[in-house]
Amino acid sequence: MLKSLKARHEKLSDTHHQLAILGETIPMGTEPHAFTQKLREAGLYPLVPTQIEIFQVNVGKMCNQVCKHCHVDAGPDRKEIMTRDTMQQCLDALKKTTAHTVDLTGGAPEMNPDFRWFVEELSALGKKIIVRCNLTIIVANAKYHDLPDFFKKHRIEVVSSLPYFSAAKTDSQRGEGVFEKSIKALKMLNAVGYGIKDSGLTLNLVYNPAGAFLPADQQSLENEFRKKLRDGFEIEFNNLFAITNLPVSRFLEYLLASGNYENYMEKIIAAYNPVAASNVMCRNTVSIGWDGFLYDCDFNQMLELKVTTPTSQHVSTWDTHALAAREIVVNQHCFGCTAGAGSSCGGTTA
Amino acid sequence: MKTYYNPEDLKKFGQIGDFEPNLAKKFFDYYGEVFKEGALTAREKALIALAVAHAVQCPYCIDAYTTDTLEKGCDEAQVMEAVHVAAAIKGGAALVHGVQMMNKYKELSM
Ligand code: SF4
Ligand code: SF4
Repeated sequence: MLKSLKARHEKLSDTHHQLAILGETIPMGTEPHAFTQKLREAGLYPLVPTQIEIFQVNVGKMCNQVCKHCHVDAGPDRKEIMTRDTMQQCLDALKKTTAHTVDLTGGAPEMNPDFRWFVEELSALGKKIIVRCNLTIIVANAKYHDLPDFFKKHRIEVVSSLPYFSAAKTDSQRGEGVFEKSIKALKMLNAVGYGIKDSGLTLNLVYNPAGAFLPADQQSLENEFRKKLRDGFEIEFNNLFAITNLPVSRFLEYLLASGNYENYMEKIIAAYNPVAASNVMCRNTVSIGWDGFLYDCDFNQMLELKVTTPTSQHVSTWDTHALAAREIVVNQHCFGCTAGAGSSCGGTTA
Repeated sequence: MKTYYNPEDLKKFGQIGDFEPNLAKKFFDYYGEVFKEGALTAREKALIALAVAHAVQCPYCIDAYTTDTLEKGCDEAQVMEAVHVAAAIKGGAALVHGVQMMNKYKELSM
């Protein structure tokens, strides 16, 4: 099994090194700070939030998978996970806001020993809960087999990655045998009603390209996935989100190692779409790291670019007012969110 | 100029308009229209383009439409089947002329 960049002591596990690459190795003819420049042209600079609607909480970097493209650099060798104390601070902060949704991510969020406790507390607050479930966790160990029932009990929206409807392409990105296990897990989710019409239980899939190219049109991918998963495996789902890979962490490693970095950057820069820029997800989301620090999004979190509010950088010092007025930190990786039809944790944005 | 083909030149395709803008504009407008979603999906058109790229053996087009078909969600089996369609038609086109050859052969033979 592949190891995380951190466990391999790769230079790229140092976020300064990643930022240096993103800042310096820019394609020919592109200005440094090109993203800032684009925002300026669209009258969007400095980029500010519209309203804090979503808490995206990264409950830890521990994962049962080691996907090649993972921007979290997650894996079984990562031990950083959120404590119950920090979760409590998230709950306290949440009460001070009008945010309606909590989006739980990781790693595999379910591996955090306090995951279920946190969900129950969030559920009691009446928040909409999203879990970014990698599917294979459900079948990884007997203690996770009841996750579909647990999700159902709390009416959780399940969002799951499935890069393709065939084993070869899925496994090349996510690891040997992942496709088969994912299909098994999807069937278990369907069995309790997830993705089934009129059940009210939402199962959304995430498609992201298995390589150095941009995603196809979201609607046509959704049609194709629906047909292939239904005909081939009798699997149902609600919507499919097409997400662009951002040049961060292990996807950046892949781009550099495969010699695709410059071309990929050129591609996402050339595909810049100002409509997508005005709808980037950091405008309605705050991302919380496993240790409670606050970021504009999960990508900025992985690049250790904290929010620009000096008095409210940690969830324990949450200040809604300051955070709602903050200036969002942008860099060249942001071009991934604004390419083509745009990209966010909820799919396309333009 | 050291080589006839350079991958970087593909990105300069649009610059053909520098020498003659009107026809270039007409061509690129037409090109854009052709590849829009229509009676055929954009994905089907990309696969046709990939097959034709192989038939005309254009390295630029192979580069462009391998990327495009990937971006349209095609997998290895699909792109390779498209290439086989091109190969079958090209091979078939050569072979079917065998009938003409046979006609001539018979015409000249006792
Ligand atoms: S992409 Fe998701 S499932 Fe894959 S290693 Fe990263 S956190 Fe785990
Ligand atoms: S990478 Fe993060 S900060 Fe940059 S545009 Fe995307 S969501 Fe916003």
